[in-house]
Amino acid sequence: MSIEASPRPGTTIRIGPASGIVRWRQVAVPLATFAVLVLLSAVSLGRGDFPIAVPDVLRTLAGLGEGAEPFIILELRAPRVAVGLLVGLALGVAGALFQTFARNPLASPDTLGITTGASVGAVGAIVLSSGGVLPGLGIPLAALLGALLTGVLLFALTWRAGIDGYRLVLIGIALWSIGTALVDWLLTDAEIHDAASAYVWITGSLNARTWDHAVPLAVALAVLLPLALAASRVLGVLQFGDDTARGLGIRLQGAQAAVVLIAVGCVAFAVSAAGPITFVALVVPQIAVRLAGGSRPPLLASGLLGAVLVVGADLVTRTVLPEALPVGILTAVLGAPYLLWLLVRGRRRSTL
Amino acid sequence: MTIETVTIDSATQLRDPGTASGRVRLAADGVTLAYDEHVVVRDLDLQLTEGSFTAIVGPNGCGKSTLLRALGRLMRPSGGQVLLDGRSIARTPTREVARVLGLLPQAPVAPEGLTVADLVARGRHPHQSWLRQWSRDDEAVVAEALSWTDMVRLADRPVDELSGGQRQRAWISMALAQGTDLLLLDEPTTYLDLSHQIDVLELVSRLHAERGCTVVVVLHDLNLAARYAQRLVAMKDGALMASGRPEEVLTEQLLADVFDLEARVLPDPVAGTPMVVPVRRLR
Repeated sequence: MSIEASPRPGTTIRIGPASGIVRWRQVAVPLATFAVLVLLSAVSLGRGDFPIAVPDVLRTLAGLGEGAEPFIILELRAPRVAVGLLVGLALGVAGALFQTFARNPLASPDTLGITTGASVGAVGAIVLSSGGVLPGLGIPLAALLGALLTGVLLFALTWRAGIDGYRLVLIGIALWSIGTALVDWLLTDAEIHDAASAYVWITGSLNARTWDHAVPLAVALAVLLPLALAASRVLGVLQFGDDTARGLGIRLQGAQAAVVLIAVGCVAFAVSAAGPITFVALVVPQIAVRLAGGSRPPLLASGLLGAVLVVGADLVTRTVLPEALPVGILTAVLGAPYLLWLLVRGRRRSTL
Repeated sequence: MTIETVTIDSATQLRDPGTASGRVRLAADGVTLAYDEHVVVRDLDLQLTEGSFTAIVGPNGCGKSTLLRALGRLMRPSGGQVLLDGRSIARTPTREVARVLGLLPQAPVAPEGLTVADLVARGRHPHQSWLRQWSRDDEAVVAEALSWTDMVRLADRPVDELSGGQRQRAWISMALAQGTDLLLLDEPTTYLDLSHQIDVLELVSRLHAERGCTVVVVLHDLNLAARYAQRLVAMKDGALMASGRPEEVLTEQLLADVFDLEARVLPDPVAGTPMVVPVRRLR
C-alpha cells in the first residue's frame, strides 16, 4: 500500500492492484453529513408525546433499551424516520444522476415528470377505488407503477440512438404537464373525502409510515445504490458529451440506459413510499457539489444530504411548527427560494 | 530571418516521404453516410497509412466532418465500412478502439470546474477499471502528456477559465494521455486567432514528427493545411475530388471546381508550400 502526493489535486492511494485518488473534501463531506444524519435521526426518534433523550435513543438503537423505550422507538417512530432517511437518500442520488447525465441542473425527477407520474398512479388509485377497493399497499403500488411507467415513457420518447440531455429535459417537462393535467382532472372528478386524502398524498408525507413502507424501499436501494456507485466512473466521462465519451471507449447507449434506469428506479421506490417530496432531488445535488467541490454532484454526499434534508424537514414540521404539516410542503418552501437564488446568482452556467 | 529558418525546418521535417508509404491504418471502404434520409457522403474510399499526416479540406457542408466522425466510430455508415488496422471498426469493442484511436471532436466541452490535470487524466479512461483508477502508469503518462504540451503550469486551473488556445492544448494533452498513435482532430483551430492556430498546428505536427502519430485533421484554412499536412484530401458534396501532396491538390482548377473560387496559387514564401490567394467567388 502506498499513499503519496499526485500531480492532480488529492492524495494517491494504491493497495495492490487497486488505485485511486482521494480528495479530503470528498471524504470529509460525506462523513460529516453522515454524523449529522445520525444525530438528527436520534433527535427525531426522541421527539413525540413521550420524549426520550438522545443518549437513550442511541442506547436503544444499539439494542440496550429499557422499559417501553424499544417499543416506542423501534415500532412507533423508527419506520417514519427510516422512510424519511431512505427517501432522501434515493432522491439525492437520483437527482445527482439526472443532473450529471443531462448536464443540466434543472433535470430532476420533479421537472422530468416522474414524480408526477407517481401522483397520477396514486391519485388514480385513491379516486377510482373511492377508498374501499384497494388495500393499504395498493396506493404505493399504484404510485410505483405510475413512476416506472412514466420513466419508461420518458426513456422511450427521448431515445434516438442514445439520449440527449436537452431532449430529455424537454420531453420530461411535457410529460410533467400531461401528468399534472391528469391529476387535476382526477381531483375535480373525485368525491370530497377522496380528494382530501389524495391531496395529502400529493404533497408528500411521512405520517403513518410503517415498516411495510420502509422495507421495499430498503430492498430496492440495496440493489440500486451499489449500481449507482459503480456507474459513477462512467458518469464522469459521460459528462463530456457523447462524442468525447465514445472516443474514450464508453459504450454510450448502454451506459446512458443504465444511468437513466437506475435513477428512475430510485425515484419510483422513493415516491411510492412517501409521495412526491419535491425539490430534494433538485436542490441537494447542487448543495453537495458546492460543499464537496469537483465538477459534478458527488453521488454519496448527495444521497446523505438528501436524507438529512428530509429527516430534518420532518423533524421541523413535527416540533417547531405549530401545526404538523406534511414534510413535502417544508422541502418545497425551503427548496424554491434556494433554486431562485441559484438562478439569480447563476455564475456557473452548466451547474447553475 | 530567424523565424524563416525555424518554420522551414519544421515544414521540411513533415515532408519526409519515407513515412508516407506504410501499412494502411484506417480505411473507408465504399462508405456511405447519412443523417436519417439525407445522404452526406456517398460511396467514398480513402486509405490512411501509418505515420501519415492528412488534412481533409472542402467547402462547408461537404461532409468532411461527417467523414471524420465515421472514421472515429462516432457514426455508423449506412453503406460500406470503416476498417481500423484491417478490421471492421463497427465490430471492434469501443474500448479497444479507444486504446488505438484518439479523437478530438469539434468544440469539445469540459464540465465546469474541472481542472486541466483532471481533464488530461480522463484520457486514461480506456486503460482503467473500477478497481484500477489511478495506477503508476496512468500518473506517468498524464505527467508526460502535460509537460509535452507545456500545460504543467496550468495543471491546477479549471479548463473553463483558460483561453481558447490553452484549452485546445489541454484537449490535445488529453488525447495524448489516451496513448493512441492514431489521432483524428475535427477543426482544432476553430475560433482561434492566427497565432494560436499556428500554435495548435505546430503541436499537432510535432505529435506527428516526434512521436510518429498518424494524424487526420479536418481544416478550413487551405494555406495552413498545405503547410502542415503531407497529404490533402479535397471533398465536395460528399465525394472525394482530389487526394495527394498539397502541390498536386491545390491547383487553380481544383479551387474553381471544389470551392467555386477564382484564385492564384503561389509558392508560400516561407515554407514553399502552395499558397492560395483568392481573386473572387465564381458563379
